[in-house]
Amino acid sequence: MGPQHPMTHGLWNLRIKVDGETIVDAEPEMGYLHRGIEKLCENRTYTQIIPLADRLCYGSSLTWSHLYCLTVEDLMGLEVPERAEYIRVAAIEMQRIASHLMWLAAYAADLGTLAGFIYTMRDREVFIDLLQALSGSRLTYNFPRIGGVAHDVPPNFERDSLRACTYMEKKLDEYDQLFEGSKVFMMRNEGVGILKKELAMNLGVTGPPLRASGVNYDLRKDQPYSVYPELDFQAISMPDADCYARYKVRMDEMRESCKIIRQAVQKMPKGKWRIVAPRNGPVGTGIGRVEDPRGEGMMYVVGNGTPKPYRLKIRSPIFVTVSAAKQMLVGYKVADVVAIMGGLDMCIGEADR
Amino acid sequence: MNLFQFCYGLIHWLVILVNHLWYWLGGVLPGALGDFFTGIGDLAASDGNIAVFAILLEVIIFVIIAFINVLNFIWLDRKFMGRMFDFYGPYYVGYRIGGWLQNIADGMKLFVKEIITPAKADKAGFLLAPVIFIGSSFLALSTIPLGSNFGVETSAHDTGVPGGALIAFAFFAIAPFSILVAGWSSNNKYTLIGGMRSAAQMMSYEIPLLLTVASVFLLAGSFNFNIIIDAQKDIWFAIPLFLGFIVFLVCLMAEVEVQPFDLPEAEAELVEGWTTEYSGMRFGLFMMTSYLRAYIGGALATALFLGGWHGPTLIPEPIWFLIKAYAVFVVIEWARWSLPRIRVDQILNLGWKRLMPLAVVNLLIAATFKTLGWF
Repeated sequence: MGPQHPMTHGLWNLRIKVDGETIVDAEPEMGYLHRGIEKLCENRTYTQIIPLADRLCYGSSLTWSHLYCLTVEDLMGLEVPERAEYIRVAAIEMQRIASHLMWLAAYAADLGTLAGFIYTMRDREVFIDLLQALSGSRLTYNFPRIGGVAHDVPPNFERDSLRACTYMEKKLDEYDQLFEGSKVFMMRNEGVGILKKELAMNLGVTGPPLRASGVNYDLRKDQPYSVYPELDFQAISMPDADCYARYKVRMDEMRESCKIIRQAVQKMPKGKWRIVAPRNGPVGTGIGRVEDPRGEGMMYVVGNGTPKPYRLKIRSPIFVTVSAAKQMLVGYKVADVVAIMGGLDMCIGEADR
Repeated sequence: MNLFQFCYGLIHWLVILVNHLWYWLGGVLPGALGDFFTGIGDLAASDGNIAVFAILLEVIIFVIIAFINVLNFIWLDRKFMGRMFDFYGPYYVGYRIGGWLQNIADGMKLFVKEIITPAKADKAGFLLAPVIFIGSSFLALSTIPLGSNFGVETSAHDTGVPGGALIAFAFFAIAPFSILVAGWSSNNKYTLIGGMRSAAQMMSYEIPLLLTVASVFLLAGSFNFNIIIDAQKDIWFAIPLFLGFIVFLVCLMAEVEVQPFDLPEAEAELVEGWTTEYSGMRFGLFMMTSYLRAYIGGALATALFLGGWHGPTLIPEPIWFLIKAYAVFVVIEWARWSLPRIRVDQILNLGWKRLMPLAVVNLLIAATFKTLGWF
């Protein structure tokens, strides 16, 4: 299946050996979308890398530029103003909802529900519009800066965000009725693509697939960054380890994200939203870890005292998660491939880099 | 006057007109040649031959009606889908009639596209599959009457085709075979899996479908559509056989391969299923025929369960029939756009473990009603 196949959501190849309709072997192949971003970064100044980091993932670009800024701030030892942190958290959680909604749209289309696809894409617009008001663009935002964010929030941002959250929580109940109310959807999801807890941990799976396997591991809770410790939310985990658990984890995460956005925009203090960062990075290393919508994103930067980083290493959650494909796929039907791989929320941009 | 008498009269008039020529030729030409032309004239004017041509004319009329209905169905499908999903549907091409001309524009586009036959395809099967698919669907259509005087009939005295319902279901069920041929001959892994799935799917839905239909035959006591529909003059069979009607609708969705049961197409996992290798107007005809099958499905449900053309006499009979068929189609589309696709092993479970017992129960209900003498 692939590289040009409706299942793939990107550009990758899944070699499947089937016996009739049952899968006996599977092997994912990557590299069709390799752009050499890590190497490109070595020839850009620290500021110029922010839009490049945006291009890592088309589904949730903001988390990646945020992660890059976190990493470089760690390298330079900068203290970000508190207002900037709150703006960042609100924006990231909006991005998380938009990303999960895009996943849900693709997942619904994979399973054959056109209604789910259209409705989720329609509601994603709400958050895209908010992010557009915040940053000026709709897909690759280029919004965080080293030492803060690019702009202050626009007027009425708090009101619009609260409205969007209320709207979204109402719509999430509607999705529950649309998807979980459908017997066919449950038949396609329950007990499909089981990834055992130990196996998931050993394979290095992170993010919603790991939490759906019963491991309550969320970097926002377990290794808090930014202002997450001051916000009240829960890390979602489900014990069932099947496709339905992954679906449920993401749906509940969207509810939690709504809560976080509410708190973040209400608690937002007055003050500066950006400090000036030095041009040259010091000699040393910096590391950043965030909870991406797809898993744990990590960046490691080595500075050598020039305006350009010596090396930037990106850890992609999907690249690791997709290696668990074989363990999840073997024994199921060809039709389950779309449910299982769709449930992982593939984003090849960051996996191939 | 029924449709047969109308067609018979028309053909008869045409034959008399043309026979002037044959008899004139027979008069002026000498010997055997003249006798030959006179013979043609006599042959054409014989009762049996005119009847054959009259039946052909009836079928052509029904095919034309079907074509117009298919255009309507595609338009209705798009409009309904648009309303469900917060957009307008076709709008620009022919916007005074609600974008109805969009289908014709799409058809024109498909007509001018290149028709590609894959190099490794089995040519005969690849060409034959669309013919079987389209031909069998049109034949299934030809026996369904639209009104008490408006249907394909074989003579002036009969009403309807004897055994018409059986013929319709027999032709309706040929499609999976042509899908298998298309999938196999395209020589592509996706089409092959699609074709095989179609065959597997047929195993699961065909038997409950025919069992529910058998209950209708039992109540009406005939295979003839006209008699079945006349038996529903007072009460639609959908009311006593409500269970059967639901089972029939579910099986119908599997038969016409719409969304929860469109396994052979399965866009997400099999690219475009068994039609992957077809291009241009061949694909267009496949798509059109799938809508035609939806129309046949609606017409069958109307004729067997929803009382056919019976309704207040304010509206003509064929219009009543079409309104009901369209309503069934809209219900099917509604389910189609809101349900996910079922899995290939689950459809077998559904067919054999759920629908089949329900169909048997429905048959028992029908037998009880018949024994009690209510019908």
